[in-house]
Amino acid sequence: MQDQIERVHSFLKKHKTQKRALIAILQDIQAEFNYLPQVCLKTVASSLSINLIDVISIATFYRAFSLKPRGQHLITICLGTACHVRGGPKILDEFERKLNIKAGETTKDGQFTLETVNCLGACALGPIAVIDGNYHGQMKIRTVDILLKKFRPEKRSNVQQ
Amino acid sequence: MITLKINGLEVKAEEGWTLLDTAKFYGLEIPTLCYHEGLSIYGGCRLCLVEIGEGPGAKLVSSCTYPAEEGLIVRTDTRRVIETRRMMIELMLSIAPNSKVIQDLASKFGVTKVRFKIRNEECVYCGLCVRICREQMDGRAIGFQNRGYKRKISTPFDMRSEECRLCGGCIYICPACQLRCQGPEAETAVCNACLTMDPTCLDHYEDLQCWMYDAGRCGTCVQEEKQSK
Amino acid sequence: MNKKKSEKSRAEVSKPHHKQKATITICSGTGCHAYGCLKVAQAFKNEIKKQNLQKLVEVRTTGCHGFCERGPIVVIQPQGIFYQKIQLKDVKEVISETIKNKKIIDRHLYVDPNTGKKIVFEKDVPFYKKQKRIIFGNNGLIDPTEIKDYFAMNGYSALAKALKNMRPQQIIEEIKKSGLRGRGGAGFPTGLKWEATKKSSEAVKYVVCNCDEGDPGAYMDRSLLEGNPHSVIEGMLIGAYAIGAKEGFIYVREEYPLAVENIAIAIKQARENKLLGKNIMGTNFSFNISISKGAGAFVSGEETALLACIEGKLGIPHQRPPYPAQKGLWGKPTNINNVETWANVPIIINKGANWFSRIGTNGSKGTKIFSLVGKINNTGLVEVPMGMTLREIVFDIGGGILGGKKFKAVQTGGPSGGCIPKKLLDLPIDYESLTRAGSMMGSGGMIVMDENNCMVDVAKYFLNFLRDESCGKCISCREGTQRMWEIVKEISEGNGQEGDVKLLEELARSVKDASMCGLGQTAANPVLSTLRYFKKEYEAHIKDKKCPAGVCVNLIRYLVIPKKCTGCLACLRICPSEAISGELKKVHVIDTQKCIKCGACFETCKFNAIRIE
Repeated sequence: MQDQIERVHSFLKKHKTQKRALIAILQDIQAEFNYLPQVCLKTVASSLSINLIDVISIATFYRAFSLKPRGQHLITICLGTACHVRGGPKILDEFERKLNIKAGETTKDGQFTLETVNCLGACALGPIAVIDGNYHGQMKIRTVDILLKKFRPEKRSNVQQ
Repeated sequence: MITLKINGLEVKAEEGWTLLDTAKFYGLEIPTLCYHEGLSIYGGCRLCLVEIGEGPGAKLVSSCTYPAEEGLIVRTDTRRVIETRRMMIELMLSIAPNSKVIQDLASKFGVTKVRFKIRNEECVYCGLCVRICREQMDGRAIGFQNRGYKRKISTPFDMRSEECRLCGGCIYICPACQLRCQGPEAETAVCNACLTMDPTCLDHYEDLQCWMYDAGRCGTCVQEEKQSK
Repeated sequence: MNKKKSEKSRAEVSKPHHKQKATITICSGTGCHAYGCLKVAQAFKNEIKKQNLQKLVEVRTTGCHGFCERGPIVVIQPQGIFYQKIQLKDVKEVISETIKNKKIIDRHLYVDPNTGKKIVFEKDVPFYKKQKRIIFGNNGLIDPTEIKDYFAMNGYSALAKALKNMRPQQIIEEIKKSGLRGRGGAGFPTGLKWEATKKSSEAVKYVVCNCDEGDPGAYMDRSLLEGNPHSVIEGMLIGAYAIGAKEGFIYVREEYPLAVENIAIAIKQARENKLLGKNIMGTNFSFNISISKGAGAFVSGEETALLACIEGKLGIPHQRPPYPAQKGLWGKPTNINNVETWANVPIIINKGANWFSRIGTNGSKGTKIFSLVGKINNTGLVEVPMGMTLREIVFDIGGGILGGKKFKAVQTGGPSGGCIPKKLLDLPIDYESLTRAGSMMGSGGMIVMDENNCMVDVAKYFLNFLRDESCGKCISCREGTQRMWEIVKEISEGNGQEGDVKLLEELARSVKDASMCGLGQTAANPVLSTLRYFKKEYEAHIKDKKCPAGVCVNLIRYLVIPKKCTGCLACLRICPSEAISGELKKVHVIDTQKCIKCGACFETCKFNAIRIE
């Protein structure tokens, strides 16, 4: 926990401890820890002289931030209009079925977090799933299983919960 | 001084007044819910809507936030205003059906049915509790979180807040978490039904833990109970 | 770098491509990144080095070319030879055949689906032919991370003209005369906005660039900022000079990391060349730009919400008046414009308002970049003069509907817009026509839909988006979008009732009237426009409990067509709910009770033996 606090202070310093850099500082924390730990939020609030509840209002308002730890692998399904029209929801359904979680949740073993995004701007490749920053375009329902198998070749594709 | 017209009447407003300030000064009644004289303006309940301008460009604005402007034409009770106001009340009733304040508004403005599925949240997200905590009581215990349909009011991390001083201001000012009047069927002469009810923490603790009704919402009791188990 | 030096640099690289030296331009927009363009670019560089051909040819990674369907795109200059879908394995051949032996490789060429002919040059590709790429065109020629490329395109000459030969008020008059309107959605006359900001007697003023681009399906701003960041910087410089601002902000949504990277590089290079900072081009004018990143919220693209974000506060909209031009950032007059709007400024200054106002229609001047996506053959970014018809864009430029299906509607304006049906295909694209038709221009997203898209489903989709993205302050928006969504959801699940449509319309009116900001005020558009043009579809869902397009899961059935089924067991194996029974070489049967309508069998069957009823 102490090292978390130290990291936060380094981010604060990077942004000259300015109130207006709050979102940028939170983004740094999110990138570092894959979520916003409570102690980090408290440190930011006190260092910037902002009410903790206001920091939390901002942290919960935006999609980029997560108050709960995210899984090892982040799967993001694009649900932009173009991808929706090309069958994006059916791809999401398949991921939800195979991972046994709903969008926004993390698998119990902490391996996968499934999220959705409202347009990545790569509409020609729709429907798209992004896994750990890698774009997988022209997704088909059967591709889901193939992709997931890459991460757990030793297990069956249906996650046991 | 700013000169404008409200309901055909020429009125004068001071610099910095809103349309609501002006109307109140002249004794013109505009319903409000999230507005409170001692607190900052929010503009979320949309009850205080008035119609400004004329012809195709006329639009509805919340009088509590819109500043008085020179030459503005304002009408407080056009058909558009009344129909929209009724819909706002209907929406509020659908999420806080037991609230006496909102039921009174409904009867006053002729809302007799709710055509949406009732989803009782005992809260209309007017933000009065947040504002009284912060501005009048100098507490920083509760605030808005999330956005859209997931919006909620809670303490940081839904846990007991170190900032909460149990002043009860939030309960005092809340228009939604109050029961409807029992009327002539009340069990006793002084039934208290229309005042805020007893907190659930007394079921678990000797002392009152938190002053926000509905333990699930602030989470304190639930959280502590989980931890003690 | 002062004006002399910049002119010298321009002279040095005066022609972007030396006559003897060929340039292999490779599209490196985010879309092509996903296609692996960087690896292709590196492979070209390696091959050139290996064969010692550096004097003959160079490689340039450029901004987005726009024809995203065909990426990775390689255009060989100066001829403009257009190669599509280039893979790593093609690199060697392109070098040996096209660069060294000057021969065209047929199989990389675009084939015109109407004539069957192969097209060699970029300008002849039907996708590009009807476009007028005055803003976007440079994307394909310059490396966005090299300021010298921008100089070679006459970059920053508009700024020089503005600073040396024009007074601030003159610049504003020129922008007013040009008829330029905001390209972010509302279409407010840019010149008037600038004038309003300039009017204030405040000493401190700001200019802001809005690159939030929240509309799903729209990515023009992203491609502009990624591919030609200097055009935006130059536009902001001219605007700041005209308005009297010394500081500017570019707000980019966090989902666009490449755009943030490229604009940061561009700002750094501009600073190094003394085009940002103090005494720009040797004048009294000083200006600095900072980048501000979004954090993932559609509503933060609204101008007052965006300004709050830059200030570090919660990004929710505020009451207007006062408008940002009167009281913006930190209470000071602020002019906020969209990326594309800023990018139009340099060309207006250079070529003049008269030239600009000759393009487009009476009320909508200039060009507009649209993202043409969905069930369309030629997915990509197109720039056309205002007034071109939807039919021309969808069919002539877009190449018609995927898979030869029937056109049903095109959705414009994002979640604030509406659907334009087939009967209005000859509608000219301009602000007023689109609004009259029940939609709006918006930021320029154009989602094409075919006979297999259900309009009730589309309305449900947008309402779901809006109820999630609403900031939550106004009950009309927060609760209104939620309730509209509930009603449409029930209709789509077969629980629609008599009176639902009427209630939906009444609720929609209230949401529109009562909400404070643009999100709430336009939230009803998707519902109202689909009701207006596709009422029959709603009625089919409500009265007949059927989904004519075969989309709404509760109202459809997946069935095997016995005549076509070969008994291959493929669908049986893939079915996640074990709803299909059958043996090898015998007709399979789907148990509709077990079927969860996931669509896997439909996708898998190679014999088209599954139908949706």
